[in-house]
Amino acid sequence: MSNNFRTTNSNGLINKDKKINFTFNGTIYHGYEGDTLASALIANGVHLVGRSFKYHRPRGFLGVGVEEPNAMVQLHDGNKSEPNIIATEVELVEGLKAKSQNCWPSVQFDIGEINNVLNRFFPAGFYYKTFMWPKSFWMKIYEPFIRKAAGMGKAPLLPDPDRYEHNYEHCDVLVVGSGPSGLASALAAAKNGARVILAEDKPNFGGSLLTDEVTIGNMSGKEWASDTISQLKSMPNVILKKRSQVFGYYDHNMTVMIERVSDHIENPSKYTPRQRLHYIRAGEVIVSTGSIERPISFGNNDRPGIVLASAAKEYMKVYETLVGKKPIIFTNNDTAYSTALEFIKNDIEPIIVDTRDSSNGELVKEVQQKGISIKFNSGIADTKGHLKINSAIIGKLDSSKESFISEETVECDCICMSGGWTPTVHLSSQAGNKLKFNDDIDAFVPDKKRQKETAIGAANGSFTLNQSLAEGFQVGFDLSNKFTDQNNPTNSPNSNEPSYEKHEKLWCMPLPSGKKPKRFIDFQNDVAVSDVELAIREGFRSIEHVKRYTTLGMAGDQGKTSNLNGLQYVSKIEKKIVPEVGHTTFRPPYTPVTIGAIVGREVGNHYLPTRKSPIHTWHEENNAVFVAAGLWQRPRYYPRGSEDMNSAVNREAANVRKNVGICDVTTLGKIDIKGPDAPEFLNRVYTNAWLKLPVGKARYGVMLREDGMVFDDGTTSRLSENHFHMTTTTAQAANVLSHLEYYLQVVWPDLDVNVLSTTEQWSGIAVAGPKSRDLLSKLFPDVDMSNEGLPFMGLVDSSIDGIKARIYRISFSGELAYEVNVESNYGLYMWKKIMEVGQSFDIQPYGTEALSTLRIEMGHVAGAELDGRTIPFDVGLNSMVSQKKDFIGKRSLSKDAFTESDRQTIVGLVPLDKKTKIPEGSHIIEDNSAVAPIPKLGHVSSSCWSVEYNNPFSIAIIKDGKNKIGKNLYAVSPLKDISIPVEVVSSHYVDPEGSRVRS
Amino acid sequence: MLEIKCPYCGKRSQNEFSYGGDATIKRPQLGEEISTEDWDNFVYYRDNPRGKHSELWHHVSGCRQWFKVSRDTATHEIFDTCKMNEDFNV
Repeated sequence: MSNNFRTTNSNGLINKDKKINFTFNGTIYHGYEGDTLASALIANGVHLVGRSFKYHRPRGFLGVGVEEPNAMVQLHDGNKSEPNIIATEVELVEGLKAKSQNCWPSVQFDIGEINNVLNRFFPAGFYYKTFMWPKSFWMKIYEPFIRKAAGMGKAPLLPDPDRYEHNYEHCDVLVVGSGPSGLASALAAAKNGARVILAEDKPNFGGSLLTDEVTIGNMSGKEWASDTISQLKSMPNVILKKRSQVFGYYDHNMTVMIERVSDHIENPSKYTPRQRLHYIRAGEVIVSTGSIERPISFGNNDRPGIVLASAAKEYMKVYETLVGKKPIIFTNNDTAYSTALEFIKNDIEPIIVDTRDSSNGELVKEVQQKGISIKFNSGIADTKGHLKINSAIIGKLDSSKESFISEETVECDCICMSGGWTPTVHLSSQAGNKLKFNDDIDAFVPDKKRQKETAIGAANGSFTLNQSLAEGFQVGFDLSNKFTDQNNPTNSPNSNEPSYEKHEKLWCMPLPSGKKPKRFIDFQNDVAVSDVELAIREGFRSIEHVKRYTTLGMAGDQGKTSNLNGLQYVSKIEKKIVPEVGHTTFRPPYTPVTIGAIVGREVGNHYLPTRKSPIHTWHEENNAVFVAAGLWQRPRYYPRGSEDMNSAVNREAANVRKNVGICDVTTLGKIDIKGPDAPEFLNRVYTNAWLKLPVGKARYGVMLREDGMVFDDGTTSRLSENHFHMTTTTAQAANVLSHLEYYLQVVWPDLDVNVLSTTEQWSGIAVAGPKSRDLLSKLFPDVDMSNEGLPFMGLVDSSIDGIKARIYRISFSGELAYEVNVESNYGLYMWKKIMEVGQSFDIQPYGTEALSTLRIEMGHVAGAELDGRTIPFDVGLNSMVSQKKDFIGKRSLSKDAFTESDRQTIVGLVPLDKKTKIPEGSHIIEDNSAVAPIPKLGHVSSSCWSVEYNNPFSIAIIKDGKNKIGKNLYAVSPLKDISIPVEVVSSHYVDPEGSRVRS
Repeated sequence: MLEIKCPYCGKRSQNEFSYGGDATIKRPQLGEEISTEDWDNFVYYRDNPRGKHSELWHHVSGCRQWFKVSRDTATHEIFDTCKMNEDFNV
């Protein structure tokens, strides 16, 4: 295919020396370096790119940038496939593959187009009407149908192979948009010494200066833009970012910008991210985002070949591409005449249709001087051409402009329309700016700001170059001076531009006589004038309701070209002025953003940080299967040979009961507590008494929240008079520290206590089992390990090989057990040492599963019981609650609900068949033959296979549990459809007297 | 994302902090006789004002200090921040 639709001049920004091949719907085309997918397709005469959402109507390009509502394509294939990409925003790169969306079997012949014929069955709100009855159709027929029809492209099913990065930036002044006002403000702010970031969405800086025939100083607009950019480039306080869209404006001047880093590069380096998300905290934000041209609604105004006049001009001037060779310019204002002049420069005579009665604007006169006649007081009534426009019906408007007097058919291959301009106020509005309606331009402009944000230039409704430059230089200086105080303003240079006459307030053409073609307002969501009329006829008054009922402005383009036309039409039928109708809310993102970019590098293993104990490598070398415990990776079990998890866990747990086991407990939270008021503080934090704990002793403690629920438990030991070492559960370590800090800093600042996390300073190794004493005696020959020398809940400092070790006699397993703590760096050394000495005592490592089994059998509570819904009484910790002193949460324990006689309590459960494992989370009920709803007595919190009794055992928390012991109940799991008859037993299944830990 | 001025560290991004609730709530004295209603008011009941709100924040990924923030709940404007033993200036 050849580029038949290129201009003959080469003043644009493409490089015709560098050909780029690409594929669209399987056909190979070529474009040039600097082309977008849109400009290259148009240059090849391809206008039909996709099918519309609802009616599957053939659609082409409307715009040239972010405003494009129609030309969405599916890019690439396989794991790089990406749906709903706007072709106008895709830079051409060698080998690019794109295809049309929402059509089958092809974009030329699409079965779905039947919807267009049946359009009277798909009016606004048809979802709400059509799919209402019969009710039974919803799940099986309507819902699957809607799901299939919904959406345009197809999301890839494979993981995204690309790399995305996040970057955090700070600056004094962020300038969004590099048109004349943006460049001026950036230059003024930078020259005044401020740290400036200038962001431009397109691959070229300059905005409207790239297409407008203006002069600034003694340069053309385009030259001035490139001169300004080179000045800015040379300044160290300026960051210039092109291909970068600031899409969100959040609180406290936090803006978010997406940068397309390597999408346009043929073979990017493996380490170059595809896109980069910048979080920019700016002192001041200058919104110089320009304006977007408005379409006009007329019959069949959506055919391929009907484009915005400004887009046609940009295709010619920047991309050296002609949208057509037989153009009609259709306008209600003067700016479209610059497009006409551009066609004339390319030796093409446009037909000009202007709704106004006359205009004396400079450009209008220039066109007339070239001998082109203008059809004033006229409009386009309808168009023809199925896959591409081939003619237009031009009508003469009557004096009221409510109908056509006469109609004529005119051949054409494109229509360039202009309904005037809408300031791009999205960012200001996102920032909380209350917009006001400006009658002169018939559009909303920023007014009362809530954040440090200033709109200038066209985004502020200042449509002349002179005004834009003046605002830019002034605002750039004023805002930068807040930060730099350098008082160094830059003067605005003289500029020259054509003068414009006013637009006409007419955005919707009358229907042609005897016909009712669709006049579209929102192209992407297929919302026509008739839909808005219907919504109002059916009583929707609020613009927010009209929006939702018709879906106007709710598509991926967020109504960039349609919102204001919709508003204007509502205001016309309602006979209200636009400000009374109001506008809908602008929300981020301004343009669609790849999910991958939002996620950034936090994918896979990097989703969360990973914490590893210093002994981790040993676990790996010894075949440990790991499990995540919060951020920690802990050994779950250590399978031997072909063992499955159950047999490995049973072996490990049984070995602790019989010989000795070793477990890495480094992950337990550890908090160092110091200060003269430390005992008093612990006394307030824990439910039991702490003032008289002797130095060198540990004590088990339970802490509550103020609402009386158990918050955490652990052992805390007194190292010296005013120095304590607290341990917490792995899960609550961070929360307990915050809790302690809260009470010390906020509630009782008079207490002289300091707390510090030492979790990562200590490595903890549990040595448990009847042979643990013999093992440790051999390892620490200097320490008296006897019951008298180191009794239960005692601790002693010792050392081996010059490494300090603290040995606690504490037990989670219910066996005679110790915990050896060493400084983290020696954790691995100590572990290996214990393993080495332990060989002769048949030592085996055990993981978290065996750890659980051992504690469940013993009825020791853990996270599953201390789930934030249990008070000490519920989980058998009554004896831990001091009656003599006050502590955090105590008052709650005397509340009525917490003192009821049949309150839930912890019990043990054994299945009657001694075989069936009871799933955790099962409900406990009394009668499994009862009719639902069956009263639930409680739930199963923890389950294990008891290695002591060789049958399943579970812990449950059930209503009036203490009086249920000995009874038979049912554990049911409706999700698994099982019901297990169980006997209620004591939760202390093994060694209820607790003699082993003291042996 | 808010930018919060920690009275100890200066302005930092919201993700370094965690929210700690209403700063005007006073915990009853230890050992104090207190009605269930008053206790429930302390534990459970909180005002949910639209507008200016004194609240606690914890510089959890920073200096680990709790401090006070005067913030507008509707606009997120932060009027002032101060240490626990100080009062707001505005």
